[in-house]
Amino acid sequence: MQMSGAQMVIEALIAEGVDTVFGYPGGAIMNVYDEIYKQNTFQHILNRHEQASVHAAEGYAKATGKVGVAMITSGPGFTNAVTGLADAYMDSVPLVVISGQVPMSLIGTDAFQEIDAVGISRSCTKHNYLVTDAADLPRILKEAFYIAASGRPGPVHVDIPKDVTAQIAEFRYDMDVHLETYKPHTKGNPRQIKKVMEAIAKAKRPLFYLGGGIINANAAYEVRELVHKTGIPAVETFMARGTLSYDDPLLVGMLGMHGSYAANMAMSETDLVIALGARFDDRVTGKLSEFAKNAGVIHVDIDPASISKLVNADYPIVGDVKNVVRDMLEHIDTIESDAYESWRETIVNFNELHPLTFHEDSERLKPQWVIRRVGELLGEDANISTDVGQHQMWTAQFYPFSRPRQFISSGGLGTMGFGFPAALGVKAGTPEKVSINFTGDGSILMNVQELMTAVEKKIPVVNIILNNNFLGMVRQWQTLFYDKRYAETDLSVQPDFVKLAEAFGGVGYRVHTKEEFDAALKDAIEKNVVAFIEVIVERFENVLPMVPAGGSLFNMMLLEKKEND
Amino acid sequence: MGENARRVISVIVVNEASVLSRVTDLFSGRGYNITSLTVAPIPDSKYSRLTIVTSGSVRIMEQITKQLHKLIPVLRVYEHEDIVEKEVAMVKFPITENLSDINAISEAYNGKIVNVAENVIISMVADEPKRVDNYLKAIKRYNPKEIVRSGAVALER
Repeated sequence: MQMSGAQMVIEALIAEGVDTVFGYPGGAIMNVYDEIYKQNTFQHILNRHEQASVHAAEGYAKATGKVGVAMITSGPGFTNAVTGLADAYMDSVPLVVISGQVPMSLIGTDAFQEIDAVGISRSCTKHNYLVTDAADLPRILKEAFYIAASGRPGPVHVDIPKDVTAQIAEFRYDMDVHLETYKPHTKGNPRQIKKVMEAIAKAKRPLFYLGGGIINANAAYEVRELVHKTGIPAVETFMARGTLSYDDPLLVGMLGMHGSYAANMAMSETDLVIALGARFDDRVTGKLSEFAKNAGVIHVDIDPASISKLVNADYPIVGDVKNVVRDMLEHIDTIESDAYESWRETIVNFNELHPLTFHEDSERLKPQWVIRRVGELLGEDANISTDVGQHQMWTAQFYPFSRPRQFISSGGLGTMGFGFPAALGVKAGTPEKVSINFTGDGSILMNVQELMTAVEKKIPVVNIILNNNFLGMVRQWQTLFYDKRYAETDLSVQPDFVKLAEAFGGVGYRVHTKEEFDAALKDAIEKNVVAFIEVIVERFENVLPMVPAGGSLFNMMLLEKKEND
Repeated sequence: MGENARRVISVIVVNEASVLSRVTDLFSGRGYNITSLTVAPIPDSKYSRLTIVTSGSVRIMEQITKQLHKLIPVLRVYEHEDIVEKEVAMVKFPITENLSDINAISEAYNGKIVNVAENVIISMVADEPKRVDNYLKAIKRYNPKEIVRSGAVALER
């Protein structure tokens, strides 16, 4: 069928089953917005900043497992979106981001709102395209969705000049994607899998090291089966939270810079690391030469470049973790779960020696209490987003995650301002769950304009602002490593968060006590509108345990014991 | 091989817009070296072949190879061991220099004088990069005005 490039974009989105597009119009993308106006198949959510559009698409993708879609204009519209692209690239989030570009005849002339968008996005996307002919557009859009979601997922950017969106060409979308140069390896080598199972059977202190790839591959329930049938303890990365349920006896905890004592010690004492969809990030490993020093390493990953990048893998397996774990389950009878009994006891002892906890010893509420309390009240009924900083680490530590895709956060890039727009996307994708965003008094101001989006589209995200009047994580480092010189981290000058929420048409609460908090949360959920719950928390609380950057995992700063512990 | 040994890799890529930037951005973005790079279309195909001379440890080379493979338009990456490697160099001399000496030296390096103009002569050699280095040392005393090297191309034996 003959149609314009702009119509093709709409038809392709519909054919891909897209139900929600996040975006912001502008000159170069107007033809496409004109077609959005004319259709009723998918909803468009107007964010108030392009960065927020991409984060919202990320939240949507992370919560649903589907490809998130964002639409923006050229020039500043695109450059605003770059942080979102980079964030999605670091966390392997499947996105298709469509940007307008100045007309072909003006490209290269420093035209109004022109920027070399594909030049900029090249290093922070899985792939990108500049469309120069509308006849290529159907194929490119189909490839974009395929590349975004397959293999190691990631963002794909499609830049379309304005005249191409007006150009008429033939539209067909029933072709197969055929990319001779892109064929992700999804099936693990069967002989290697057999060898791996033999190695596990021989190990005395094996340890599962579960990464975010499990969530991406929708493999959490297969992994649960593998963990339970082998009886081998497991540590999770930040990105893998929710793979095992918080109350699983085989879940040791989160490892890494702010991992639990038991998880970090288990990793230091294990004789066989079984890494599933994890990439040995520096925040996880600490000092590489000391990481799991005496252990063999099994590494299962869809991305060959992640294997032996930082830690040499004795048993590399390239494949989709879901397929590989299923194949591992075929050989499960070689494993004798009882053999690891004393190892499991060792880990229980680690946990008893230094459990993950905090002291309720201050006048002000402890931030950890707030997070744990939301967990008690909402548990698995809420999807939890976070911004970046102390509150983020406390959420990863203390929220009782019980299912995959429940925890939505910016891991690799650590983008302040991620949480609120992401939570909007989460709510748009999973409306049946309460959408909570734990944030800080620093982070929330980085995309606070999304109050307007939430009010307009009636997206009732509950933002819980843990307010310590500090840029808390940086303040913590200044306390510990910079002799308490608090350079530019004191955020005592603040807006009235209650009035701020109300000014946009949301609801706001300021709470100081446990009772006030419970009441505010209940009220906010009942009111079913976007909310700010500002919780005045202890100013100088530190995230512990902590492995100082570049230190060994087993050298942790720990919570001081109190006499009544 | 040593920590920072010189290595030659060939990359077969789809011959399309911006594919070269994808490759070079990868090197600059991850802090890898490019000593030389040549690129030309492969006859009768939609692919081009890049020959990249780089250096790094075994682990870095493994990463470079894998990261190149991750680029969508990359078909194949060869990390060469046993190769025939050649490079072209052209040198411009003042016409007043000793023509027969220059020609004789050039011949020893698989080359000759390829152009004589009013004021300058141009020699060309095609040889292994190491030998091209030697050639350029040998002709230094003939006051070369301009030197251009092509970068290496290589084929596995």
